[in-house]
Amino acid sequence: MWPRGRPRGTARLLRPAGFDGLGLRRALAGRMLPFLVAAMAFLAALAVGGTIGATALARHWRVGPAAVLTVQVPRPDAPAEDAPESRRDRVAALLRATPGIALVRPLPDEELTELLRPWLGASAGEMSLPLPGVMEIRLAEGGAVPEGLARRLGAAAPGTLVESHLPWLRRLSALARSLQVSALAVLLLVIAVAAAVIAVATRAGLAARREAIEIVHGLGATDGYIAGRFAARIMRLAALGGFSGAVVALPVLAGLAWLAAPFIRPDTDLAREIGVFAALPMPFWLLLPGLPAAVAIIGWLTAQTTVRRWLRQLP
Amino acid sequence: MVRFDNVGLRYSHAGDAGPEVLHDLSFSIQAGGFRWLLGPSGAGKSSLLKLMYLAIRPSRGRLSILGTEIGAAGRRALALLRRRTGVVFQDFRLLEHLSAFDNVALPLRLAGRPEGQIRADTTEMLRWVGLAQKLEQQPAELSGGEQQRIAIARAVIARPALLLADEPTGNLDDTQAARLMQLLHELNRLGTTVVVATHNDALVRRHPAASLVLEHGRLVGEH
Repeated sequence: MWPRGRPRGTARLLRPAGFDGLGLRRALAGRMLPFLVAAMAFLAALAVGGTIGATALARHWRVGPAAVLTVQVPRPDAPAEDAPESRRDRVAALLRATPGIALVRPLPDEELTELLRPWLGASAGEMSLPLPGVMEIRLAEGGAVPEGLARRLGAAAPGTLVESHLPWLRRLSALARSLQVSALAVLLLVIAVAAAVIAVATRAGLAARREAIEIVHGLGATDGYIAGRFAARIMRLAALGGFSGAVVALPVLAGLAWLAAPFIRPDTDLAREIGVFAALPMPFWLLLPGLPAAVAIIGWLTAQTTVRRWLRQLP
Repeated sequence: MVRFDNVGLRYSHAGDAGPEVLHDLSFSIQAGGFRWLLGPSGAGKSSLLKLMYLAIRPSRGRLSILGTEIGAAGRRALALLRRRTGVVFQDFRLLEHLSAFDNVALPLRLAGRPEGQIRADTTEMLRWVGLAQKLEQQPAELSGGEQQRIAIARAVIARPALLLADEPTGNLDDTQAARLMQLLHELNRLGTTVVVATHNDALVRRHPAASLVLEHGRLVGEH
């Protein structure tokens, strides 16, 4: 009973799953929208990466292992002015007795030699240079450099230097926070632009298929049905774009994370020890698969809203 | 049933109300009734049909279709009401990107019928209108008469409670027109309310029935 030469006919009649009643496959063409969404997703991935990176940096600088104060005691083994012990021990004792100081760590000579090696070479320890005693000081949470500390230490061991990193850390922390806020603002902006692009594409599709929509509406299609067809199509295209954007962003972000790793975890030489992709922080791996999903949801919601609003002009 | 109670209609363009095209229409058609809709071109026949197939809402008066008060009905209720109304348009209004089969199957798909039933009913309907060999053709590949038969098949496939037709025999030869009238009478006999707008006096004479006569947007005769 089927016309000859059209064997696909039977198969098509049996397969209504992808039934394109509104002809959206032509109206919402499959190239421009995914490309634009992919570009948005790429930017969003960079913004997410930036947010995560800035958060890590901010946390690191706030509670990181770096000393907040460095105290240098020249001639550390000479006796102190006001006590029988060595200048190094006297200064350490004074520091430990000072309220607001959480940790005092005198650097062992080997560590100091190690620090100086880039400048003095491997034999720094063997050269009989008068090395100062160096101590790392960490302040209690939210603490400030105690009043008159340098003066008191100087009285016990003249020539002692107190170097505070606090102003620098504050500035870096503020910078990290600004980066965080900017990255978040970029993310919101990208979401808004993506929604606008999807709304424009949906409206173009509505205009192109106006007659078909009117016919289907006249046959009793509900607003939900028509909006659903549009939203399903847009969601597929957006997810495709989101996935492509995420895939393209991955190596770029991995490279950036690899370059930034030494600043976040200076204790390990990540650049050498681990692969490029392992440098990406865990939160990023958790968020990345969410990107196409988030884009798909934004696409679905935008299309639903746009179509339902447009349909209000029909009775 | 269909009831018009002092219904007036004016089209509005960009928010500006135009002149009234239908004035003070009051009539009713009992469930299972048949009416010819007659009158010269521009009398308002198409506007009256549009009101009945819910493409527009009346500007004033009360309109009730299949027992539903249109003024008070929500969008979803109107959509469901449209599914119970079959319409044969003068310009067919087929979906150009769909095959004859898919065009005719559309009302059943919108109603969420199972695909097996859709296939059986649609194939049977297309065979009845003599297009069993053209299931896969798109409207552009078919003649005017064939397109009209598809439009008719689509209008009646879901067994509507109300069937409206605007010049349905315009592109049909005498045999096809006779078959169409036979179909309309058959549906009418099974309980479908039928309203047919036409200029074809010969057709009306061959199939005498009650008629609504419009002139200048007013009902000038009901007999």
